[in-house]
Amino acid sequence: MSTVVLPGQHVPAQHVNLKLGPGLLQSTGSSSGDASTAPSIIATRAGTLNHSANRSKWWVENNSRRYVPAAQESVIGVIIQKAGEGFRVDIGSAQPASLDGLAFEGATKRNKPNLKIGTLVYARVSLAHKDMEPELECFDAQTRKAEGFGDLKGGFLVRCSLAMCRQLLDSKHFLLPLLGARFPLEVAVGVNGRVWVTAKDVREIIGIARCIEAVDPDGGGMDEAGVMDFLRTLGL
Amino acid sequence: MRPPSPSIPEKEFLFTALKQSLRLDGRSPLELRPPVLSFGPELGWVECALGKTRVIAHVDAKMVKPPPERPFEGIITIHSEISPMASSEYEIGRPSEEEITITRMLDKVLKRSDAVDKESLCILAGQRVWHLRLTLHCLADAGNMLDCACLAGIVALKHFRRPDVEVIGDEVTVHPASERAPIPLSMHHTPFCLTFAFFPDPETSPVLDPSQLEQRLSAGLMSVALNAQRELCVVQKLGGVPLSTDEVLRIVNVAVIKAKELDQLVDTRLKEDWAGRNVELI
Repeated sequence: MSTVVLPGQHVPAQHVNLKLGPGLLQSTGSSSGDASTAPSIIATRAGTLNHSANRSKWWVENNSRRYVPAAQESVIGVIIQKAGEGFRVDIGSAQPASLDGLAFEGATKRNKPNLKIGTLVYARVSLAHKDMEPELECFDAQTRKAEGFGDLKGGFLVRCSLAMCRQLLDSKHFLLPLLGARFPLEVAVGVNGRVWVTAKDVREIIGIARCIEAVDPDGGGMDEAGVMDFLRTLGL
Repeated sequence: MRPPSPSIPEKEFLFTALKQSLRLDGRSPLELRPPVLSFGPELGWVECALGKTRVIAHVDAKMVKPPPERPFEGIITIHSEISPMASSEYEIGRPSEEEITITRMLDKVLKRSDAVDKESLCILAGQRVWHLRLTLHCLADAGNMLDCACLAGIVALKHFRRPDVEVIGDEVTVHPASERAPIPLSMHHTPFCLTFAFFPDPETSPVLDPSQLEQRLSAGLMSVALNAQRELCVVQKLGGVPLSTDEVLRIVNVAVIKAKELDQLVDTRLKEDWAGRNVELI
């Protein structure tokens, strides 16, 4: 199932309705000029190759620290500047993203959210093109409902590796259910290596932050039993 | 690119946690991250890690002609390289104010505090002296790079051994390590640098060895360099919150205890390393 690919390597992805995820590229303009050949897919980054059960969706997974925006991903950003109608947001990518003032639930021309510089927002990447700055939105474009997006008040922001936050989004991962069984907590996971957490007590928030850091494959990669012991030493 | 300043929730949370004397990495306010020293195959090659902050120090020596105004003294130069590898806020060719502060402080702690006996580096007066070159590579910055770099530098100097030389008349013979055991540098003392961070709220106690977030949100840093014999070498405080004399004295007393601990740690680590090495040298 998991094969390692390197940039430039051909990937045997074939399906009638093929969908390519991050790290894969359909190379156009093949030199042979033969129209009957299937489009050739190459990897653009190193990592393990994964595909969905029916082999229609393919993607490359790897661990890095620098986030490269991709459309439809949920991210956590910090407002760094107000720019005309909207905001400029730092999402940890090479360029800051732009967030339109009207891309919020219930926002109108007259009634726009007034976010201070330094506010955390949970948003979705609506446009990610390699030659343009990424664009964010804080609502579902179809329903115009917030769907959990918007500014994040209180709590704390934990920074982790990109592999870690993808693992946290996996419902089968042990960490968040384990913590949630001990005390109530609220979490927003952005795939840009930022996790916003909040709980009732300061100690609990510090505990969550330290657990995420300990489980992070970049900084220890602690397993479930290890986290249990670790929580006991923290007195949570 | 300078990273944007920490967000409002991060700032508020850090301040509330510190008010309850809780730090984000579970340390108490006046606790140092345990320094991890690892030695390379060469003498004078040390990697020092304070948490995720990592610095490599390397010493090498060569013979040069001394400048005419100081014919009896060896030369020590420090090359500190703070590259974008450490953190995206550092740029090549355009040193930020913080970088300059670190470089100058390293110079003060390692060179101007007279840790190494320069006269012992003289081989032949006016003709030949040792030129020690200490190179510091900052690999990762997770806060308090200055202390980490100072510790790496001083341990590298203590770890380094120069080849033995013999002088007969005007003839200088260098004995390679295989022939005669290399000689450690003669050190006057071992200064350690300790950095404290202060916060805008006067009720929050100062913290030792600030992490990156603490350093960025602090209202002022104070660096104290001293040795285990309670001799103060450098006190640096550039702006920030005003401090009373009592407060400064209290911090210096804390620093004395920590410097003694560091001194012991460095000595044991150097002894351990030397014990593992002796076999191959002789």
